[in-house]
Amino acid sequence: MARTKTIGGSGGRAATRRPAALALVLGLCLSPAAQAQKVLTVAAFPSVDKIIETAIPAWKKLHPTVDIKVVSRQFADHHTAMTTALSTSFYLPDVMALEVGYVGRFAQGGGLEDLSREPYAIRRYEAQYVPYAFQQATSRGGLVVAAPTDIGPGTLLYRADILARAKVSEAELTGSWDSYVDAGIRIKAATGAYLLPHAREMKDILIRIGVQPGEGLYFDKDSRVLVNSPRFVRAFELARKIRQNKLDARVSAWSNEWSEGFKRGTLATQMSGAWLAGHLGNWLAPATKGLWRAAQLPEGAWAAYGGTFFAIPRGAPAAHKVLAWEFIRFMTLDRERQLAAFKSQDAFPALLAAHDDPFFEQPLEFLGGQNARLMWRVAARRATAVDVHKQDSFASEVIDTELDKVLDRGKDIKLALHDAERLLAKRAKR
Amino acid sequence: MKLPRAPHLSPAWTPYVLLLPFVALFAIFGLFPLVFSLYLAFQTWEPTSGLAAMQFVGLDNFAFSLQDEWFWKSLGNTAWLAVASGVPQHLVAIPLAVFIHNAFVRSRNAVVGAYFLPYITSTVAIAIMFSSLFSTDFGLVNTGLQAVFGTEPIDWLGQPENIKPAIAMIVFWRYVGFNVVLYLAALQTIPRDLYEAATMDGAGRLQQFFFITLPSLKPMIFFGVTLSVIGGLQLFEEPFILTGGRGGSDQAGMTTAIYLYRMAFDFNDFGAASAMSWLLFFVVVVLTWLTNRAFKPRT
Repeated sequence: MARTKTIGGSGGRAATRRPAALALVLGLCLSPAAQAQKVLTVAAFPSVDKIIETAIPAWKKLHPTVDIKVVSRQFADHHTAMTTALSTSFYLPDVMALEVGYVGRFAQGGGLEDLSREPYAIRRYEAQYVPYAFQQATSRGGLVVAAPTDIGPGTLLYRADILARAKVSEAELTGSWDSYVDAGIRIKAATGAYLLPHAREMKDILIRIGVQPGEGLYFDKDSRVLVNSPRFVRAFELARKIRQNKLDARVSAWSNEWSEGFKRGTLATQMSGAWLAGHLGNWLAPATKGLWRAAQLPEGAWAAYGGTFFAIPRGAPAAHKVLAWEFIRFMTLDRERQLAAFKSQDAFPALLAAHDDPFFEQPLEFLGGQNARLMWRVAARRATAVDVHKQDSFASEVIDTELDKVLDRGKDIKLALHDAERLLAKRAKR
Repeated sequence: MKLPRAPHLSPAWTPYVLLLPFVALFAIFGLFPLVFSLYLAFQTWEPTSGLAAMQFVGLDNFAFSLQDEWFWKSLGNTAWLAVASGVPQHLVAIPLAVFIHNAFVRSRNAVVGAYFLPYITSTVAIAIMFSSLFSTDFGLVNTGLQAVFGTEPIDWLGQPENIKPAIAMIVFWRYVGFNVVLYLAALQTIPRDLYEAATMDGAGRLQQFFFITLPSLKPMIFFGVTLSVIGGLQLFEEPFILTGGRGGSDQAGMTTAIYLYRMAFDFNDFGAASAMSWLLFFVVVVLTWLTNRAFKPRT
């Protein structure tokens, strides 16, 4: 069920920090009609809802006459509700938070405002956002359907104590993907710990390496299927090597076994977004504090795991759209807001100006005093976006299925990729 | 002081007014989605673009669905699960109902209640409980098997060959009590003198079961099997939650109902999803008709 919270009422003094905000406040003051209290509805999911609620007092200082109503649902429910709202144009919020996977999907339709057009003109601020995140919100046709608010620079988290017992160095772990697997063999032999939760994760990262400009993960810009290629062959081969050497725990992320694996120290490494370090420290395995370290992904790979965006539905009330954009700017282009979200919810800032804060240099206790945020900052700037195709979600399912057949039933990799290609070719143009 | 007159409802209108709540709810939540899905089955639609983005494509969605390997795979899964969970339900429920009918008198309701309990328990609670029971490393099922038979832990929900039996087991466990209640009700309508006459003629218990009880239960078996056929073909919640909404490795637990849900909400193809739902409806109609033929009294 949706949880709604309206915070409003008392006004505050108008802030004069930014000219645009001042102009808007003055505009509101001059227009008698605008004196009436307005409510801006923002649909979100945990923990974006918390970030917004925390930002409301500061928003109220800038906009005393505009209340923010946060409609919060669980992650999957939220995106299903947004799909339904966009399809029927009923109960559309003024602003919707979207996870990166849905930004790509929704960009295929025409339900979201193109923020590159007036009065938004987001391209004016393009240089202020982390490049790959801005790219993720840009469709093939050049429309910008959302503004990034937080990102997930990819990192390799590893248990320093398990590596020490296996006498494996960080350099050996991250030198190349082959050395990563070889390190896993030594770790398993010496400690019994699995290298990673599931061999599928190896495939997931490797298919992202070497994507050419204009290509998506599974389809190119002309909807040609790309899965029968060396990129996928290598990904499948290394995933198979992991399984053959029993280096994966065969558990999926967010399952009970996965979190138990972290608690019991049976998982030596995890590739993920930087945000996972916060989850591990807060609730997944707080007792393992000081035992983890972060490194860049092996072989100089740069990847992104997750990310949140704000978008304006095209069918939302026209009278609110300028305010909705003002709210998005407030959440994504205000350094203080971005840093507050980072500090409280581990939401890594999509705003480059927030990256030079001294907070980035602080050591992380959970990672044994490592200055990991500096490393993640580098990863954030090096990651690139891949083009999204409307059949990506189906393609990902097909590839996972074929990989399972390779891993569990010994299916030939070439045949598996050929079968996947045949199935995807039938869908590519639907 | 004159009291205001109570609102008067003419007898001619009364039935319509009293029926209105049901009719209104049925029209909104039953009839409208039905008609809308039929309409959608002939359209292509990018849902996030709004209702205006629909385009008529004739029978394309039906043609696509019938050529879609995964649709046939999901139908195969559904049939497997319907048979593996449905047939044992009746094979166990009939003798169990006869046993409860004969062996329990005062405590019968309590015993029936215990068997009926899974049916009225929330599916989500059941699926979550079983996903923890079937957990590979920390689940009770594997711990029990290991303690008794010394077997290696079985990956119940991760391996394609194990997913279907695990789901079938849960569905069987859940609905067997419902069928017991059906058959118990039918058993109470069989006249006692039939059994007395049979006893006097020297018929044993087994003969009485096969020549009196079973034939008398035939109408109820028809009803129970029809419900199992329809329920089995629409199986959704248990496999959906147990496989994390994806249908499991190699789509081994992906029933047609899950596949058409995924077609719409995960793969964004509402047109094909609607066409598949009507194809599934057609299969349900045919199988119900066949059940009817199989159990119809011969004249």
